Amino acid sequence: MKITTLATALTFWPFFASADVTISDGWARASILASRPAAAYLTLTSDQVDQLVAITTPIAGNVTIHAVETSDDGVSRMVEVDALDLPAGEPVTLAPGGMHLMLMGLSEKLEEGTELPLTMTFASGVRMEVSVPVLGPGAVGPQE
Amino acid sequence: MSIEPSETPPKVLLLRSILWGSVFVAIAGVAIFSALEMYLGNGSKTVRYSGEADIRSEFSLTDHTGQEMTQADYADRWQLVFFGFTHCPDICPTTLAYMSGVLDLLGDDADQVAPIFITVDPERDTVPVMAEYVSVFHPSLIGLTGTEAQVAEAARNFRTWYERTENDSAPDGYFMAHGGYIYLMQPSGEFEAVYQEGGQPPEVLAQEIRKKL
Repeated sequence: MKITTLATALTFWPFFASADVTISDGWARASILASRPAAAYLTLTSDQVDQLVAITTPIAGNVTIHAVETSDDGVSRMVEVDALDLPAGEPVTLAPGGMHLMLMGLSEKLEEGTELPLTMTFASGVRMEVSVPVLGPGAVGPQE
Repeated sequence: MSIEPSETPPKVLLLRSILWGSVFVAIAGVAIFSALEMYLGNGSKTVRYSGEADIRSEFSLTDHTGQEMTQADYADRWQLVFFGFTHCPDICPTTLAYMSGVLDLLGDDADQVAPIFITVDPERDTVPVMAEYVSVFHPSLIGLTGTEAQVAEAARNFRTWYERTENDSAPDGYFMAHGGYIYLMQPSGEFEAVYQEGGQPPEVLAQEIRKKL
């Protein structure tokens, strides 16, 4: 797996510096039409058991973690995940068709070629700021 | 995470038997009906039901240019059909981008395929919305919308499913849940195959479609 640690990973509390989360393969899909929910994807790897509990961005009213649950009859529903479990040392991937960050109440369209800033808060208290590239509406994976 | 491991409670089993029962009754009904229709001399048009997969492309909808369309308007081509909605953040753009990739891989053969996106959210996905949306993915992608009843009928004929879920935090207060399948339909409108975006790389699907053309 390609590990491009995208942009700045800032630890706000050095006391918790032992809890180290690596964020890679992050990207968001450009908005096609205004006032539509947007999706962002990334891979999180924590060196110890942790949980992603909150995500914020200045340009969206709220950000939630969604998983896709497919029932026996083949019907897929999005289910909101309150806290995303991060096992120690195991990458957790949010990718199209599976888990994603859903951004609602966008104050502006996500434009291709820009960056989406995200602040992620973990149960351990670690807070990270990353920014992920906004790729074209037809993108299906992180940038090469 | 809030995903529970799925088990099959007896209620579901009962429901399943009822559902299969109704499928059987429906197929039997259709068979009797068509037999009667033919017997009564009304069977000039050849209707063939496979029973195995009674999925058929049959609809009356409006395309993204505002034209009233039925499946007959695409009878010169195979159809690649996906149901979704434009407020869908993940599955829909992902699947439509995937379908566009397949069309590009088909090259000149793509002329023999009508790629169709049918909205399950006609209330918001009007003709101009569909026009702007489909143009982003592929120049030949066709967006179809209609009245709630027309969309419901199309979904019924494709044996697909969708549902409106109220959610206060969602735009306009609701989400649409829907089956995430891509249907490959014969030019006659009859069912050929069903795929999912994550099921195979676009190269594999393009190859499979090319073999059938």
